[in-house]
Amino acid sequence: MDKIWLIVQREYLTRVRKKSFLIMSLLAPLLLAGSMVGIAMLSSSSKTDVVAVRDESGQQMLTRLAATEDLKFVPATGNSLAAATEAFRKDKARQDALLYFPPNFTLDSAAGVQLLANGNVSLKRQNAIRKAVNKTVGDLKLSRSGLNQSTIDNLKANVELSAVDLTQEGGRKNNVGATTGAAYLLSILVYMFIFIYGVQVMRGVSEEKSNRIMEVMLSSVKPFQLMMGKILGIAAVVFTQFALWAVLSWGLTSIAAPLLTDSARKSPPVAAAAGVQEAAAARETPAADAPATASATAAPAADSSPLAFLDGLPIASIIGGFLFFFLGGYLLYSSLFAAIGAAVDDQTDAQQFMFPVTVPLILSYIVSINVIINGDPNGPLAFWLSMVPLTSPIAMVMRLPFGVPMWQLLLSGVILVAGFIFTTWLAARIYRVGVLMYGKKITYGELSKWMFYKG
Amino acid sequence: MTPILQAINVRKAYAAHVALDDVSLDIPERSIFGLLGPNGAGKTSLIRIITQITAADEGEIRVRGQKLHPGHIADIGYLPEERGLYKKMKVGEQLLYLARLRGLSRPDATQRIKGWLERLDLKPWAEKNVEDLSKGMQQKVQFVATVLHEPSIIILDEPFSGFDPINANLIKDEILALRDKGATIIFSTHRMESVEELCDNIALINRSHKVLDGSVRDIKNTFRSQTYEVEGRGRLMVTHPDFEVLEHKDRENGHFYDVIRLHAGTSPNDLLRYLIGNVEVHAFRELIPSINDIFIRRVQETMPESLLETTPA
Repeated sequence: MDKIWLIVQREYLTRVRKKSFLIMSLLAPLLLAGSMVGIAMLSSSSKTDVVAVRDESGQQMLTRLAATEDLKFVPATGNSLAAATEAFRKDKARQDALLYFPPNFTLDSAAGVQLLANGNVSLKRQNAIRKAVNKTVGDLKLSRSGLNQSTIDNLKANVELSAVDLTQEGGRKNNVGATTGAAYLLSILVYMFIFIYGVQVMRGVSEEKSNRIMEVMLSSVKPFQLMMGKILGIAAVVFTQFALWAVLSWGLTSIAAPLLTDSARKSPPVAAAAGVQEAAAARETPAADAPATASATAAPAADSSPLAFLDGLPIASIIGGFLFFFLGGYLLYSSLFAAIGAAVDDQTDAQQFMFPVTVPLILSYIVSINVIINGDPNGPLAFWLSMVPLTSPIAMVMRLPFGVPMWQLLLSGVILVAGFIFTTWLAARIYRVGVLMYGKKITYGELSKWMFYKG
Repeated sequence: MTPILQAINVRKAYAAHVALDDVSLDIPERSIFGLLGPNGAGKTSLIRIITQITAADEGEIRVRGQKLHPGHIADIGYLPEERGLYKKMKVGEQLLYLARLRGLSRPDATQRIKGWLERLDLKPWAEKNVEDLSKGMQQKVQFVATVLHEPSIIILDEPFSGFDPINANLIKDEILALRDKGATIIFSTHRMESVEELCDNIALINRSHKVLDGSVRDIKNTFRSQTYEVEGRGRLMVTHPDFEVLEHKDRENGHFYDVIRLHAGTSPNDLLRYLIGNVEVHAFRELIPSINDIFIRRVQETMPESLLETTPA
């Protein structure tokens, strides 16, 4: 046991002392904070779009289209579509798009409306304009059927959905933006770190192999000790990195938060950027389409505390679960990576064996996003993804912010532990034979034979 | 006295071939033992079993009469043929790490490292990364790593490869000093001159079998062929009932050089007496086969016919 400890120490110290580790630890939070500020700046400076309107239908659409916070309608210059287009092209600084109503446009056959712009129109802008036109046409139709404007306004439903999570004590208010953001952030962290540091384990092993130090090492320690020492040493590096990031990010967001909340008061949707999670959420849910998100996140942001965005999330189980499932997933995958490093002679040969290991990792991330975030976080598919040990580290971490029943957490945890015990056993058998095998082209058949070699 | 290391009927087979078949060895304490054999004979397999990198399929290894167990690792030092160190690690740290893995405490290790580095002129390099050292110096560092924990069994696989003659001598002296301090050295090599110079006992392994073992003197004795080299002046009779002239060379001024083999029952003194009576003797020397000759002879003898035929001479 103390031999593993010595190996862990060496692996840890040689990595932590590297300049690249220091740079990564300092730069990543800076980049994160920087990108948050950047996002906040960009969204707060979102200007009102100016749309030129050319109406040949005689429906007086220009005067009827109501300006909104994001949109302003102005008459197009010139007295034909060609002239208007030409003018728009020359005058693109002042106008963002040209909306054209053809002569055959009526309230009943609202076809042939065109949106012209220089280059592609963003989906967000197109949606906003379509909404404005739809609302105007709808209102016109209603008033044509004899209703006056105040009745119409009265008839409009203006419902705001406020999601409440009943699994939480006292039915705490559910924070959709923060939940989704946390799910994205946590799962991408698990995915990235398993990948980056799993590959580091593989490199470390194949470096020892090509350095020919294996035989010296193996005459003093067991192959299993050498492999586990490396895996655990690198795990310690990861946790050190996490801790540094957490401290630095907290410090930086504390500094950056007042700046962000200031701009948040001016334009509510920007409040979404007050926290890391919200930044991610804001990217995924365009503010215009998510009034619930905007209002839900605007409230905590007003507290001006950098951690207020965490309101409504099961923090303890998220942190605990994240650390556990990350560690489990890392142990499971990195032992497989170690086996690859041991089996091949040099890095280039590693590619073909990395494929079957990286595919479940990548797939579990992509599938989980569709099943859990865009689907049902507690549905049957989500359940099974978070049980299979190859996918559970990512899938379960993604489900955590939505709240996962305790029995599922425990069951998945037990399966994951069993899973990594199995993969380390398997990897140790390949490792043992592989590390002293030089100059041999390894095939899958060969690998399976190694598993049954005696001591 | 029990040998310090014994191999008893050791057998090791890999998927495709048998690496060692029924190999038994006795290695006496405080000796230098040469483990010889052509490439792929099974030497490395045997060493890996002794160093517990792999295990024997059958048979066992005993250290001082005790079956090999993990505790013996601290008592064995191994310098593999394929040398390797962590390139990005400092010399001093690396030695400390390897010594502690073999069970040495930090203060003990630090002190011994200091002594060794001074002795081998490596002191100025202690804080340098291994990759900054020349190949020869790396070899010295590796030698230090092998013996730092003062094992009683030291296994050296081709210890002199990669050394210039000066450093090779330095290492040779260190090996002899270690033997004198009580260590047993197992020496795996192809360099026969170093075998004759250093080894007390040898074993020859060929094609996974042990084909020869014993003390260097005994082996040379068994391979003596009663052949003598004679130089002198005069005329030597070419045929004689007691001996046979294998080779005859006339040199200027009536000098000659002959190689003579005695027939059974004739002693060298009989030949000498005969020579003194007939010619003027300048030199008389027994032709003892070198270990190199014995090695080649035994390897070819144990080689199957089919292989000999296909091997170009």
